Amino acid sequence: MEKTYYDPADLKKFGKISEWNEELGTKFFEYYGKVFEEGSLTAREKSLIALAVSHTIQCPYCIDAYTGDGLKRGITKEEMMEAVHVAAAIRSGATLVHGVQMMNKYDKLSM
Amino acid sequence: MLLKSLHAKHSELSKTERQLEILSNGIFKDGSLLTFAEKIKSVNQFPLRPKKIEILQLNFGYMCNQVCAHCHVDAGPDRKEIMTVETMQQCLDVIKNTGVHTLDLTGGAPEMNPNFRWFVEEASKLGVQDFIVRSNLTIILANKKYHDLPEFFAKHNIHVISSLPYYKREKTDKQRGDGVFDKSIKALQMLNEVGYGMPNSNLKLDLVYNPSGAFLPIDQKALEHDFKIALKEDFNIDFNSLFAITNLPISRFLDYLITSDNYEDYMFSLVEAFNPKAVANVMCTNTISVSYDGWLYDCDFNQMLGLKVAVSEKHISQFNEAILTNRTILISQHCYGCTAGAGSSCQGTVA
Repeated sequence: MEKTYYDPADLKKFGKISEWNEELGTKFFEYYGKVFEEGSLTAREKSLIALAVSHTIQCPYCIDAYTGDGLKRGITKEEMMEAVHVAAAIRSGATLVHGVQMMNKYDKLSM
Repeated sequence: MLLKSLHAKHSELSKTERQLEILSNGIFKDGSLLTFAEKIKSVNQFPLRPKKIEILQLNFGYMCNQVCAHCHVDAGPDRKEIMTVETMQQCLDVIKNTGVHTLDLTGGAPEMNPNFRWFVEEASKLGVQDFIVRSNLTIILANKKYHDLPEFFAKHNIHVISSLPYYKREKTDKQRGDGVFDKSIKALQMLNEVGYGMPNSNLKLDLVYNPSGAFLPIDQKALEHDFKIALKEDFNIDFNSLFAITNLPISRFLDYLITSDNYEDYMFSLVEAFNPKAVANVMCTNTISVSYDGWLYDCDFNQMLGLKVAVSEKHISQFNEAILTNRTILISQHCYGCTAGAGSSCQGTVA
């Protein structure tokens, strides 16, 4: 067994998931490719969204992939960090907004 | 920032044999990746053969006023190798007697060769269709004796191609040295002033973009669009086209890839982006590269790897168009740099 859960080299093997289920794997990669094409949003905007989401879901493969993708597209480190803060703000906001649930429950249970 | 060439530092990577060894070992030896020969065999494009020789690219010497971190020539102020008048004369004879229609002067900084202006004057009399000088821009401001280069270029209808890694200061200076961005901008404005790159002018000014790190360039047209808008808005600069060039894993860029632990990932991205359509038009199919001492190479990169053309007449003094057109082009794994994505050459993308 591997001694770590994540190996950077595994990112290159992503395509291999199709080997154990070709139909779903192929459909997924087609879908993935289509999602990132220029559309109403530019490929650049999509790259930044992907970077922010990568941080939210804390996926090391995605962070590597979309930092590299952003560099290629000329996205600056300032833009990347702002995107990460957007992710962090939503994430911390989501934690804090649950404080209202805590307050409600506290009030309900208290005399 | 590097202040000395690998050559001056006696780095192991200043030896071409060592670079070729690295490019053939590891991931290419253990079967993780196909060698370039195996790859082009798989798409029936082996061996790689030239078409018509159209471009003669002359390296006027490795001397340069800059020490760029990615430089595949390992050029710098400490390099003293320069082309002599005798070799230049042999090049002029070849231009006169062959079907070459494009002349491409490079270096180092070709302008630093003391016989640069003499050569340009002589060569421009020969009626070359496209006469290119690859200028690093900052040379124009480096010394008073170079300040009139824009006028000199214009007088001889030189096609100026200049490196500007990015339209923002930080990335340019990181790759090319502190202060390079500001000087490059000033030099571009001076070129614009004499008509270079301006609408309705015949004086051509193209820019070269190459990524400032271990990643591949994106679409050339998209980059050109971004560069045009940014340079116009911020500095009122005009230019004709932008060429996106992939950094090849040799010399200083190879050194950077290895020391930053990016070598394997970079080679994987190059191989993954292999485009068979780019193979047909790689620049070695229509270019001959000449070193400062007159040796002939399939391309500038093979020159830096010491891989002379695979024919017995290897010197400019023995230039034989028919024999050279029938040669086999020498390849190694660095060639993946020219076939990745839309391809890469000194004239930009090829596919």
